[in-house]
Amino acid sequence: MTALRRHIIVRLPDGRQSAFDCRDGDTVLAAMERCGNRSIPVGCRGGGCGTCRVRVVAGRYRCGKMSALHVDGAAAAAGFALACRLVAEDDLVIELASGGGRPHVASDNPRQFV
Amino acid sequence: MAISGVLRPGYVQIRVMDMDAALKHYVDRIGLDLVSKESDGRVYLRAWDEFDRHSIVLRQADRPGMDCMGFKVATDVELTRYEKRLKEAGVKVETVPAGEQPGVGRRVAFTIPTGHRIELFSQMETSPQCPPTINPDVWPQEPRGMRVVRFDHCLLYGPHVPETAKLFTDVLEFRLTEKVVTPDNAMIGAFLSCATKAHDVAFIHSDEPAKFHHASFFLESWHDVGHAADIISRYGISHDIGPTRHGITRGQTIYFFDPSGNRNEVFAGGYTYYPDNPVRVWSADELGKAIFYYERQLNERFLSVVT
Repeated sequence: MTALRRHIIVRLPDGRQSAFDCRDGDTVLAAMERCGNRSIPVGCRGGGCGTCRVRVVAGRYRCGKMSALHVDGAAAAAGFALACRLVAEDDLVIELASGGGRPHVASDNPRQFV
Repeated sequence: MAISGVLRPGYVQIRVMDMDAALKHYVDRIGLDLVSKESDGRVYLRAWDEFDRHSIVLRQADRPGMDCMGFKVATDVELTRYEKRLKEAGVKVETVPAGEQPGVGRRVAFTIPTGHRIELFSQMETSPQCPPTINPDVWPQEPRGMRVVRFDHCLLYGPHVPETAKLFTDVLEFRLTEKVVTPDNAMIGAFLSCATKAHDVAFIHSDEPAKFHHASFFLESWHDVGHAADIISRYGISHDIGPTRHGITRGQTIYFFDPSGNRNEVFAGGYTYYPDNPVRVWSADELGKAIFYYERQLNERFLSVVT
């Protein structure tokens, strides 16, 4: 039986898109690194530094523990997540949304990135 | 006694988001010993070659990073003397009563210009598992995991690096071993020693205060750095960079992250510093070689990823 694969589409700030597949249970960032895709910046891979902050635009997902400095309850409810803690339960469409714990540079308005 | 005053880094308290995962990492992989789990949730660890009760304190929190770093002072008289010097320098000082950390005497706590909380203490119980002293074997029990010898230093990110370095040199009697300067001679990196190591604490400029770059553990050899790299790959630990070498301090090193994203270093080597050594200076345009002597270029992650 082949493992379930989810298709991840990353909307980039310049309007282009990047895509890769995610094995069932893998985090989005781990899947991206495994296939050599570089669309999301990689930091600590532990939910701590906020480097891989994204916003999920479409699809069901779950998240592991993330630093509240970068994704607090309200941000999580609004679809923000750290890709290293993001596990897809569907095909996902995500956008880059860096700047979580730092002064919010347009991160509350991810539309600016696309 | 030639070394007096502040002797060495004594402990660092690190915030983690998942204590079970943190203990797997720090105990099984890095090789620290579990000392105690206290009722307030803090967990105390130590490295095998340390005499004091603990050197790493883990605290469960909703965000990673460093709560504080503590330095051991030679005597209680010296602790009182530093408390007075800090107050005279206009630093607001808080006294933490004895026993707030198990086995630790009174602590003198203050916030430095980079935004970090620093503590001084002079008394800590000796670990019952401490290294032998009578006809001592090389270790009491064979070291585990990465076989780290001791907690060695921290690198901290924040603003006001020159003011912070001045506080450490002028008030706490550290010495500046190396510095990184911009073309207009502004200090953006300060490496400070209280005894004979190339650094006991280091600061790099960032606009954000109180950021934690890494806690570092000492290894016996360059070969042990390779062994640590094997463990990092074998167990899928988040790898940052290395094995490589620093120009600054000359340490042979590898960097990785704990399960909450706090950066760790294990390293060997580095030169012996003496108080009559001049300050070693790196210009910002040679920062690549200063930080990563073999690659001779910085990676963005090392510069910007902190907790």
